[in-house]
Amino acid sequence: RPAAKRGGAKGRGRGADEDEDDEDEEEDEAPRGRRKKKPTKKRRDASDDEDDSEDETPKKKRGGAANKKKGGKAQDSDEEDSDVGKGKKRKKGGGKKGGKEEEDSKGKKGGAKGKDKGKDKDDDKDMKKKKKKKKDESSHSDDEEEESLSEGEMARLKEEVEEKKKLIANIRNKPWRMKRRLMHLKEAQTFVDKFEGALGKGKGRKWYAYKVMMTKKWIKFQRDFENFRTACIPWESRIKEVESHFGSSVASYFIFLRWMYGMNLVLFGFTFGLVVIPEVLMGLPYGSVPRKTVPRAEQPTAQDYSVLMDFQGYCKYSVMFYGYYNDQRTIGLLKFRLPLSYLMVGIGTFGYSLMVVIRTMAKNADVGGGDGDEGEFTFSWKMFTSWDYLIGNAETADNKYASITTSFKESIVDEQENQKDENIHLRRFLRVLANFLIICSLGGSGYLIYFVVKRSQEFATRDDLSWYEKNEVEIIMSLLGLLCPPLFETIAELEDYHPRIALKWQLGRIFALFLGNLYTFLFALFDEVNTKLEQEQAIKNSSIWAMKEYYANYSRLVNDSEATPPPMDPADVIRGPCWETAVGIEFVKLTVSDIQVTYLTILIGDFARAVIVRFLNYCWCWDLEAGFPSYGEFDISGNVLGLVFNQGMIWMGAFYAPGLVGINVLRLLSSMYYQCWAVMATNVPHERVFKASKSNNFYMGLLLLILFLSLLPVVYTIMTLPPSFDCGPFSGKAKMFDVIMETIDLDLPAFMGTIFSYAANPGLIIPAVLLMVWFSYSIIFIYLFIFWPTISIAFCVQARDEEKNRRNNTDSTNQVMKDLEDLLPNRSLIPLAPPPEPEKIPEPQAKPTKTKPGSAGKGVNLEKDVALASTNPNTRGPVSRPPGPRGPGSMAGPGGGQGRGRGRGPPLR
Amino acid sequence: MGNKQTTFTDEQLEAYQDCTFFTCKEILRLHSRYRELAPHLVPLDYTNNPDIKVPLTLIITMPELKENPFRERIVETFSEDGQGNLSFNDFVDMFSALCETSPRELKTIYAFKIYDFNRDNFICKEDLQKTLNKLTKGELTPEEVALVCDKAIEEADLDGDSKLSFSDFENMISKAPDFLSNFHIRI
Repeated sequence: RPAAKRGGAKGRGRGADEDEDDEDEEEDEAPRGRRKKKPTKKRRDASDDEDDSEDETPKKKRGGAANKKKGGKAQDSDEEDSDVGKGKKRKKGGGKKGGKEEEDSKGKKGGAKGKDKGKDKDDDKDMKKKKKKKKDESSHSDDEEEESLSEGEMARLKEEVEEKKKLIANIRNKPWRMKRRLMHLKEAQTFVDKFEGALGKGKGRKWYAYKVMMTKKWIKFQRDFENFRTACIPWESRIKEVESHFGSSVASYFIFLRWMYGMNLVLFGFTFGLVVIPEVLMGLPYGSVPRKTVPRAEQPTAQDYSVLMDFQGYCKYSVMFYGYYNDQRTIGLLKFRLPLSYLMVGIGTFGYSLMVVIRTMAKNADVGGGDGDEGEFTFSWKMFTSWDYLIGNAETADNKYASITTSFKESIVDEQENQKDENIHLRRFLRVLANFLIICSLGGSGYLIYFVVKRSQEFATRDDLSWYEKNEVEIIMSLLGLLCPPLFETIAELEDYHPRIALKWQLGRIFALFLGNLYTFLFALFDEVNTKLEQEQAIKNSSIWAMKEYYANYSRLVNDSEATPPPMDPADVIRGPCWETAVGIEFVKLTVSDIQVTYLTILIGDFARAVIVRFLNYCWCWDLEAGFPSYGEFDISGNVLGLVFNQGMIWMGAFYAPGLVGINVLRLLSSMYYQCWAVMATNVPHERVFKASKSNNFYMGLLLLILFLSLLPVVYTIMTLPPSFDCGPFSGKAKMFDVIMETIDLDLPAFMGTIFSYAANPGLIIPAVLLMVWFSYSIIFIYLFIFWPTISIAFCVQARDEEKNRRNNTDSTNQVMKDLEDLLPNRSLIPLAPPPEPEKIPEPQAKPTKTKPGSAGKGVNLEKDVALASTNPNTRGPVSRPPGPRGPGSMAGPGGGQGRGRGRGPPLR
Repeated sequence: MGNKQTTFTDEQLEAYQDCTFFTCKEILRLHSRYRELAPHLVPLDYTNNPDIKVPLTLIITMPELKENPFRERIVETFSEDGQGNLSFNDFVDMFSALCETSPRELKTIYAFKIYDFNRDNFICKEDLQKTLNKLTKGELTPEEVALVCDKAIEEADLDGDSKLSFSDFENMISKAPDFLSNFHIRI
């Protein structure tokens, strides 16, 4: 039947040579496509993994039909030839006018065909085109068979176009030479352009063409956007400079810092755009209500520098802190619901951060390699992965050489002395001792902070305080953060661990220290909040009492009960303690002192040290540069942990002090420049090989942990503690989240309110939303981290087994090897080793018949590669790729490309 | 697109963006870097794909490569003639494969090529020795070198032919923690 059909098609097509060629190409696909299904099974049996045989079998089947064909001779030739032939055809087509038109018409087929009936252009060319098209159409609608055929053809063509598209999308992942890639790309693109329009049918055609056009535009837009986005990424060159000086590990800190900056910028945008700026622009001005006014008693000192530095006085009654915000339900002309927005931003901050952190982790997990068991590949890894290709600085390179040599020597010594095990008891004892010491110091530091915070509460009631007494908490916390890590490091010397393990311990301990400190601080703070809450009750009563008294006095003095008394001066109103602002101030103070300590440490610990070492070296009795003080090294783990904890404080404090986010953005910005300068000017590259393995996700994991830990107290306070009665956006409500209830009741239609009140206890809404976000992301997360590794491990084991089974089977026909061979330059140039026989056809029985080429022996690892290399492994299955010599289908299909690449002489280039 | 003169047509830029991991700006930067290497050789105008190659000796003077112990191998691997002469296509190809966003699979393939000094599609003891000597600047004694090479082969060789085939190499490198972070060059 197909033969007959082709005959018919041919007869019709005979008119114009070029046309026929093209038409044939098209027509041809279909029968082949259909026929393919029949021989599939047989071919599967017969075929090994070579494309050749795949090509061969159906060719024979075609028999007479093929011979009849004009282009029959091309079929007998190799695929390669067919390609060449095709190229020629193309060129010919391009050269001749008619041919060109044909191409055009084909390209526009989708659009043109749809509208060819309606529009009549007097252009000669168009007329010609149309004629042709009519012919096409008639040929399509001629008989029933034609119709059904074209349907199959459509499906097949569609498939092929999809494949080409995939190829275009993935071409950058192929290990081909650029020239070949460019060529394939061009081919695929012309193919897609040509046939995309032909897809879809009837009325859907127009829509399809439109869709295709939009997709193209969308892709273009995406690319432009991507270009724009990468152009916007700041500090690229700065980081590159650091990278080339210090290698990838130090740079990873700066990349992390930049990432943090980006995230905080978004948080800053939310907080300022939705809370701070509306309040400033539309809210009541300073001095209008008590909460926005400095109390009379504080006014004389409210502008003193020392008071402002403590964030008291005018600072306390500013937009930076919670207490300043008014509880008006709507503000301004726009009826902006500030309290609601405040709560939503507070929660949204956490939601957004959670999302971003988890997404980044998932992305990193994608890329990040295996974690590898220690010791499985010690030497190979050292050999192949220890050189940091980013290094572009001679000094660093020398250091790297030295450290690699040392590590090799160490490994050799380890290897040689692996057997003898000296005094294990002593080592165990030392390790226990070290851990004991560290736990002691952790407990000690925790207690110290608790003690200090308690003491500061006592101090809070007194006025005669020195500067130290006022800032005791911050100073002690910063000092602990400064002194404990080196102490731990010293203690860790006792343990005598492998440096990488030691680093992990060190990080864990510092983390525990920071966490302990933070939480001790929090608990102490909660104590304070509770006492404030008790005070508040009393003050509330006395405040109301004072108000009443004022009015009573007024009416008594004026002696006119009719006149409304002028409102009380806001500065004179008795205030509650406003615990939210107090908490906010604590966090801001902590953050600021943390910034100061960090910057001073850099200035003194690194810069001053570098200056001294550099200049005193001329007149000193020993070599300062090489000897004792030497220059500092950049402390990656310490800096990262500092950053992470700082972020934790921001998350916790941002709800009570919206201005904190702004401070943090400034801090990150300045620290980018400052630390970049400091590291370039004062630090020297690491002497040891610093293994920052998968560090990015490790840091992200820390960040996630901190995020949860800082989420807890904030959510706890929002859910359980009553807001202050006279300050902040939620004053006057029993709980902060009552704002949501209020909105539901007042702003939404009544029935919605009832639904909501039935549906959920409002106290559950917020945690439910947060939990939902968390769950949806953690599912992805768990999938990536837990299931994927197990699956791949299972496959790896399998692959290994298979590999062992095939030990003596030397067949090396897999896709990757082919590609590798492709990459080999001209073989005649290779001095050594005769080129391996390119066409090693493996014994068919060596493999399960259904296995795809390449995947047979290599299990998952290779399968991945194959999938990558050929976009769609099925491409090489019989269904989608016809073996015929011509037709655009055989031209540059992913499968075709590889088929060609398989060492049949030099690949096309 | 330069201010006065176009270096590439839009089409070329699109094609390069499809074939590499670079953005438009980066490709233009690559071109200017490429041109810096041999200003008299490389024209500013690349719209007609001139067939120009810059020799290895010039390429390895780039700061990105000049400290790399494997610089010659890298350049040779990516050059089409195997001699280290890079056309602009090869040049772009090289940095695309080594850039941060290129996938592990691609990097593995090229790493294998780079470490396969004698280009026989296996990393044999000889290759390992060369690698090691380059990495340590020949600081290890011959016995140590031999020991390390034996150990490395013992660890990674799955099929027992005492040389590393690509699958051995891939299996080994896919578990390496530092491979991705270290095997990249930022341009």
